[in-house]
Amino acid sequence: MTSVAGIPVGLEGPAFWLPLVFVCLMGLAMLLYVVLDGYDLGVGIWLRRATPEQRDLMIASIGPFWDANETWLVLGVGLLLVAFPLAHGVILGGLYLPVAVMLAGLILRGVAFDFRVKVKAEHKPRWDAAFFAGSLLASLAQGVMLGQLITGFSTTPGALLFAGFIGLGLTAGYALLGAAWLVMKTDGELQTRAVGWARIAAWGTGAGIAAVSIATPMVSPAIFAKWFTLPEIFALLPIPIMSAALFVLLQIFLARLAVDAQRGNARGLRRWGWAPFVTSVGLFVLAFLGLSYSLFPYLVPDRISIWDAAAAPESLQIVLYGVAVVLPAILLYTVFAYRVFWGKAEALEYG
Amino acid sequence: MDALVLARIQFAANISFHILFPTLSIALGWLLLFFKLRLRATGDQSWMALYRFWVKVFALCFALGVVSGITMSFQFGTNWPGFMLKVGNIAGPLLAYEVLTAFFMEATFLAIMLFGMNRVSERVHTLATALVCIGTTLSAFWILALNSWMHTPAGFELRDGVAFATDWWAIVFNPSLPYRLSHMLLACGLTAAFLLAGVSAYRWLRGDQAPEVLKGLKVGVWLAAILIPLQIVAGDLHGLNTLEHQPAKVAAMEGIWETQARAPAVLFAIPDEATRSNRYEIAIPGLASIYLTHHADGVVQGLNDFPDLHPKVLPVFWAFRIMVGMGLLMLALSWTCALMLWRRGGLPPTLLRGLVLMSFSGWVAVIAGWYVTEIGRQPWLVYGVLKTVDAASTVPATMIAASLAMYLTLYATLIVAFIAVVFYLARKGTPPPPSPHEPQMSGALP
Repeated sequence: MTSVAGIPVGLEGPAFWLPLVFVCLMGLAMLLYVVLDGYDLGVGIWLRRATPEQRDLMIASIGPFWDANETWLVLGVGLLLVAFPLAHGVILGGLYLPVAVMLAGLILRGVAFDFRVKVKAEHKPRWDAAFFAGSLLASLAQGVMLGQLITGFSTTPGALLFAGFIGLGLTAGYALLGAAWLVMKTDGELQTRAVGWARIAAWGTGAGIAAVSIATPMVSPAIFAKWFTLPEIFALLPIPIMSAALFVLLQIFLARLAVDAQRGNARGLRRWGWAPFVTSVGLFVLAFLGLSYSLFPYLVPDRISIWDAAAAPESLQIVLYGVAVVLPAILLYTVFAYRVFWGKAEALEYG
Repeated sequence: MDALVLARIQFAANISFHILFPTLSIALGWLLLFFKLRLRATGDQSWMALYRFWVKVFALCFALGVVSGITMSFQFGTNWPGFMLKVGNIAGPLLAYEVLTAFFMEATFLAIMLFGMNRVSERVHTLATALVCIGTTLSAFWILALNSWMHTPAGFELRDGVAFATDWWAIVFNPSLPYRLSHMLLACGLTAAFLLAGVSAYRWLRGDQAPEVLKGLKVGVWLAAILIPLQIVAGDLHGLNTLEHQPAKVAAMEGIWETQARAPAVLFAIPDEATRSNRYEIAIPGLASIYLTHHADGVVQGLNDFPDLHPKVLPVFWAFRIMVGMGLLMLALSWTCALMLWRRGGLPPTLLRGLVLMSFSGWVAVIAGWYVTEIGRQPWLVYGVLKTVDAASTVPATMIAASLAMYLTLYATLIVAFIAVVFYLARKGTPPPPSPHEPQMSGALP
């Protein structure tokens, strides 16, 4: 199959557009996962900075959501498996160790949700520690996975350093989402603390995004070419500009909320409590778009394109029917669940 | 050890750990719905107390099932890349339908079921509970459809060595699905029934004789007594189906080496592949022909008919005996207990202790049963289509060993923690339901 920049020439019909549809669906699942599980992992990252009572409330704020949030990861990796079986093995084989670490982290964190409230009181701090460690490990590992994917699983010291750096950057990003979620979902002392946490994490996230944006074209010549040629550069330019604008906006919101918290201005906190979270999500969406733009149409940079890796059209078609029917329903009842648990978090009680 | 063996141990460890929890949560979900419906019908608050106790165990099982299930979705790729390359066109859509139709529904409505009772109407809460149950059962359906297809593949054609779907109906409803699905769902019911009975017996023995404890005991015992004969019938039918499609597996289960009429039922033996015979065999002549072929002189194929294409005999042979032995113990205990409950309305301490000991008997039988069917399929990964060795990954053995050590430590810790917590909850008993007049402690989670 001949191709130009990874896009096959002369391929028509379902064999051409089905992989495109599925890479969009997979991207959507991954983006939703990163934002949704990002905020609940982020809450876990801050757990040790809070008092025991605040910890209960922090976890109560994510308790009803985390399970469904993680299901987006299963859908994302499931779509990779289903739609791009050839790339699935290569990617997951290449990311073997960080995947194992991430899974261990997700296991620890997921079970700590339940164990910490059911064990003897004296064992609770241990499960809180597991909750924190699991959240941190999963976040770091996911960043490293992304970094290794961008470098095509290279194991040179430079590439590994880059991957490690993305690990830190993504962790800072999740910490920002988590803190911003708490600003939105809690009040009082915990909310005030969360504003402070968000301010720390915002700088980490900003530095991470900037550093990654500078380093990415350097580790991948193909991405370099995509970024710094005319006229492509104009297609990309809105992303860094909007990111910078959102970053400034985030800083303004956080500064204002910090002042409100200091002065005890409950009205201001109520009115603008949602703003840091929405702005942070915006930053994630932009970073995701930039990344997608850089990688497309490859699943493994410069090696495996979506058409190289796609499953048989008849198999993709049958999945697409399912997606078309079920995805709207999923979105609908997800919205319903968020509405049921709308507003400031309260202590969770079974029944 | 080589990478293939390590990859198999790792996948087996993960899948064995995983299956423990859905087995419980599938049936516990329906039991919780039953408790709720009884409460609505009778207004008897002890049903609510029972619900409040078991919903905690259910939530714990669910969380453990979710996180180990996520691990599995990754290990398909990390451990068996050849599986997706060769049969991805079949396996992919089945897995996708599981995620789409079951996982999201379970996860989302679980939140409302667990934490939403005071936020939605009673009707919506019952509906959410029912949707969680439907979701868990549906996910069992899809994954068993895939697993059954791996045993009895149908509805596909091979083009250049890759499987392409030709008939989705035949793929989903492949020849072994009805048997495997009913066998597994009954196993879920039995596992939960014995846990319910065992934990209730434990509480009763410790002097916690609240009405809901007796209710739990009765529901557990009666459910077990009803399901176990059904399970024996389903297991027999499943065995006959296996004989039709995978005779080598049945030969290994029975420990029969030579093809013969009037084949004996081997009760005890140490099958030895070096000499291709059984050591220390105790057998009843002619019996296997009767229950396998339903003819006194029916011919049963032996392992020697499949020289290089039969599984390791020893693990299949013994796993099968452990499963059947557990089933017979379950039958004896549940019927004795049911009879005593019916005649006397209560159980003597000996039987209660027996129930406590059998609390996790379902787990033992389920794991043994899965080992029979999965090891029994070897050397095939997809029977007659793909060998396990050809699907293995090229990940270095050291990496697999390192992650295996990590997983094993984690799983062992979590199983111990789970069992400890279930009995700890049992000792704490049922807390009084939260009263709306008392101020709630902030952040007091259940």
